[in-house]
Amino acid sequence: MSSTSSRQINLKTQIEKLKRQDMFFWFVGLITLAFALLTLLSLIADMAMTGWPRISQSFFFSFPSRFPDKAGIYSAWVGSFCVVLVTSLMAIPLGIASGVYLEEYAKKNIWTKLIELNILNLAGIPSITYGLMALGFFVYRMHLGQSILTAGMTLGLLVLPIIIVTTREAIRTIPSHIREASYSLGATKWQTIHNHILPYSSGGIMTGVVIALSRAIGETAPLITVGALTFIAFLPSSPMDPYTVLPIQMFNWVSRPQEEFHINAAAAGLVLLTMTLFLNGTAIYIRYLFRKKYKW
Amino acid sequence: MVKKAEVVNLNFSYTDKRILNGVSLPIYENRITALIGPSGCGKTTLLRCFNRMHDLYGAIQYDGKINLFPDELNILSDEIDPIEVRMKIGMVFQKPNPFPKSIYENIAYGLRVRGVKKKSFIDEKIEDSLKKASLWNEVSDRLNSSATSLSGGQQQRLCIARALATEPDILLLDEPTSALDPISTAHIEELVTELKKSVTIVMVTHNLHQAARTADYTSFMYLGEMIEFGESSQIFTNPKEQKTENYITGRFG
Repeated sequence: MSSTSSRQINLKTQIEKLKRQDMFFWFVGLITLAFALLTLLSLIADMAMTGWPRISQSFFFSFPSRFPDKAGIYSAWVGSFCVVLVTSLMAIPLGIASGVYLEEYAKKNIWTKLIELNILNLAGIPSITYGLMALGFFVYRMHLGQSILTAGMTLGLLVLPIIIVTTREAIRTIPSHIREASYSLGATKWQTIHNHILPYSSGGIMTGVVIALSRAIGETAPLITVGALTFIAFLPSSPMDPYTVLPIQMFNWVSRPQEEFHINAAAAGLVLLTMTLFLNGTAIYIRYLFRKKYKW
Repeated sequence: MVKKAEVVNLNFSYTDKRILNGVSLPIYENRITALIGPSGCGKTTLLRCFNRMHDLYGAIQYDGKINLFPDELNILSDEIDPIEVRMKIGMVFQKPNPFPKSIYENIAYGLRVRGVKKKSFIDEKIEDSLKKASLWNEVSDRLNSSATSLSGGQQQRLCIARALATEPDILLLDEPTSALDPISTAHIEELVTELKKSVTIVMVTHNLHQAARTADYTSFMYLGEMIEFGESSQIFTNPKEQKTENYITGRFG
């Protein structure tokens, strides 16, 4: 009797000890998370407070100017929009098709492995490298000029690996018994892909696409080398026109000595950040919708 | 007794590993043939030869024949497209696997794959196969709701209806009740017994009672070989092989 109760007491102290350990790691986790979040929040708050007074309708619909209070981001956001449009047109079909090919059609051999490895590597290459490659290939070799088309395709190449990888991951989440159900009814590979695999993985694919585009919108480095100009006082009328984009405009304003331009930069940053947040929010929402729609 | 198919001296290898060794057995028309044996004996592998499911994964080799009557068509031959085989031979899987679509679309899929577009024909087939799968009364008023909202047993009957809608020559059942509760299992067994009037059935099962209750013929497999084939009444009461007797009396497995 007494030995049983003493064992129980022992167990209790043991559990209490383990629970204290739990508390400790909970606390450490909380601190690190708070540190990261607070740093980010204070940066955003600082930018928002500096930039907010500058946000007005005229800021959105004015071209850059040498007078800071007259300068706006009209050509920059229109340019960003056009460039991302070209990026989408190029990267979305190419990326999804490559992902589907690698996951469903490609034979699992050394060449496929090599291609897969390359794609993973491409996702990690510094973005300036894409810019230099584009300068050599799109601008000099293909004579596309320092245009919206060149910029869009450069960013398209940059985000292509993201779309390929997320497409493959989305496809891989479909259980094999769903595929087998389709094949067992006599469906061909394409019928299976078209009727089942693509629809069921479209949530994951779309999430990847949106995240890729939000990365493209914020990208600056590769566009410097392919000639995103900072002073564009007109709207582009064709894909071959010169352009500027939001992050480049922002970069330009920050490098000016006058304090007033820094306020403009903060305001442009606020706009850019809002766009990115909006896109990422959309991605999360899409994922939520599709999780609800498809249960296995 | 009319043969619907026969397996003739079938060897099957996956990545150079021999899994089936000289398997032969007849499949009789409008009868239920059960494949029993311990885990890893190759019964599911054999079943999946019937609709060339292995072809999806590559690195495989068939050697031997599965002839489909009346034409004596060897469905394992290289000249035969696996898709053609799967159009003739339907399958129901271990775990209910309805598509995350409506009940209607699940059953219509086999017909759509075959290019059927006429809605009245599809509607008729859907009612017909749901009735055959004894699911019609439960779902007739909600054909457009999601198939994944059904219970496990209903989902499995839906999968049976889906396979029946295209009028297969043979229906393969891969442990169709192993993921179901006893009541749903009884339901499916009853249904399968009823179904043999219109379709030939080959069924893999782990449940010996199920084989004894529902199957007309039973074949016992062990380590990739067919040990014994016969009428279920004979296999379960008076097996000829010692191994069969050991297995059905629970001495191993």
